[in-house]
Amino acid sequence: MSSILFWIFALLMLVFGAGVIINRNPVASALNLVVSFLGLAALFMSLDAYFVGIIQVLVYAGAIMVLFLFIIMLLDLRAEKLRRINWVASVGGTGVALALLTQIFYVVANFKAAQQPFLPLARSTVDDVHSIGALLFSAYNLPFQIIGVLVLVATVGVVVLSKRELP
Amino acid sequence: MATLGDYLIVSGILFAIGFAGVMLRRNLIIILMALELMLNAANLSLVAFSRFHLRADGLPAYKAQVFVFFIITVAAAEVAVGLAIIVALFRVRQTTHVEDISTLKF
Repeated sequence: MSSILFWIFALLMLVFGAGVIINRNPVASALNLVVSFLGLAALFMSLDAYFVGIIQVLVYAGAIMVLFLFIIMLLDLRAEKLRRINWVASVGGTGVALALLTQIFYVVANFKAAQQPFLPLARSTVDDVHSIGALLFSAYNLPFQIIGVLVLVATVGVVVLSKRELP
Repeated sequence: MATLGDYLIVSGILFAIGFAGVMLRRNLIIILMALELMLNAANLSLVAFSRFHLRADGLPAYKAQVFVFFIITVAAAEVAVGLAIIVALFRVRQTTHVEDISTLKF
C-alpha cells in the first residue's frame, strides 16, 4: 500500500481517537471510536494482516461498539456537566502522556531497523487465515483452550452481575 | 513506502491518546473506551513487527497475529464484564462519574 494511503488512514485513526477523549457526549465518543477502529483495520490490511483486519471490524467495530452504545443508551447518559477541573490530575496526566510520547519518539529515532522499508512477502499457496489457524490449533492449543474458559467465565460472571438482587 | 518506524510512531501516539483519556476523563465508560484505544495501539505495533520480521519462508511471523487474536478476545471479555459492573454500579449510585464513587478511597 502506498505511503499516502498509510498517512490518510493513520491520520483518520488518530484524529477520531482524539475525538473519543475530547467529546463531552458519550454517544459521540462511541461513534468516534468506531471510525478510529475502521482506520486501524485499514492499517492492519496495509500490513498484509487480512485476518486481523477483518476480526477488528467484526469484533471491535461490530460487537464491542454495539455493547458500548447499548449501555450508554440504557443508562441514558447525557453530555457531562462541566465540573471543577482537578488541575493536579490534568497536568499530571498530560505530562506523563507527553513524556511517554517523547520516549517513544526517541527510541524509534535511534532504532536502526525502523528506518528500513518492509521486505516484499514471498508468494504463498495458503492464505493467512490458514496459517494462523494451524498455529492456533498446534503450538498455541493450550492458550486457546484457556482463552475459551476465560470467555465462559466472563459470560457467567456477566449474567450473575446483572441478575443479582441488589440491596 | 511507510517504514516500521512510521507504524511504531503512530501506535505510540494512539497509546498516548488512550493514556491521556484514562487520566483526564472522569466518566467510567469513556475510561473503558480509552483502555480499548491503548490495547489497539499495542495490537498495531505487534502486527507491524509481525510483517517486518519475516520467517525463513518469506511469510510474516504469524505468532504475533495469534497473540493479537488473544488480545482481542480478552479485550472483548473485559468490556463485557466492565460494562456489567458499570450497570450494577449505576443501579445503586445513579452515576458513572469516578469522583462520585469514592467509598474505598483512602
